[in-house]
Amino acid sequence: MSVPVYIPTALRQFTGGKSEINVEAKTAGEAIEQLTIQFSVLRKHLYNDQNALRSFVNVYVNDEDIRHQSGLQTPLVAGSTVTIVPSIAGGVNL
Amino acid sequence: MITLNANHLKLIKEHGQKDYPYECCGFILGHLNQDGTKHTHEIYPIENSREESAQHNRFLIDPKEFIKVESYARKNRLDVVGIYHSHPDHPAKPSQFDLDHAWPVYSYVIVSVQKGKASDLLSWEMRPDRSGFDAENIKGE
Repeated sequence: MSVPVYIPTALRQFTGGKSEINVEAKTAGEAIEQLTIQFSVLRKHLYNDQNALRSFVNVYVNDEDIRHQSGLQTPLVAGSTVTIVPSIAGGVNL
Repeated sequence: MITLNANHLKLIKEHGQKDYPYECCGFILGHLNQDGTKHTHEIYPIENSREESAQHNRFLIDPKEFIKVESYARKNRLDVVGIYHSHPDHPAKPSQFDLDHAWPVYSYVIVSVQKGKASDLLSWEMRPDRSGFDAENIKGE
């Protein structure tokens, strides 16, 4: 089934400027995989060398972090949305 | 280059002063132009999600807050073009911690708040190779 993946501004330079990409997928993992097949340069920004999602990359299915669901195996159903959410943090060194 | 008018600058500085001695944070919403420049439409302050004991030198934006803001921006045909935060009693320069957690493209606006009073306000962009930040020109309107 086709589901939309929402892309944050920081990564849109790698998706031709598009904020929403539709992919065919049954799980969250498949959705991200399909996305990186369409836009291969995205891969290094989403996955680390061990082929795991980077720690500062969050994937949400229907507004819920997949880490609190079934991880990359989180199922997608009709109407599901997938959102890539950057962790935003910072601060001074003391 | 990012545009920030007098009111945008005032809102960021006031937020930094209000949350002193803790770090404040928020989003900058606007339009990302094809040439990489950004036009600010709205300042969107949020709560610092770090535990209170760390808020004097750290900020964290809850991912759920990010989703809420992205959704709000989409509905209003805007983009998240940057993030602002304060450096209480420190210069408005990015730290190594800022670099370690930075994303490309976004403007990182930092306001220095010295003894409760906002002073320098600078904007920074991370280099694509993550080797550091470059100062970004702020244009008033």
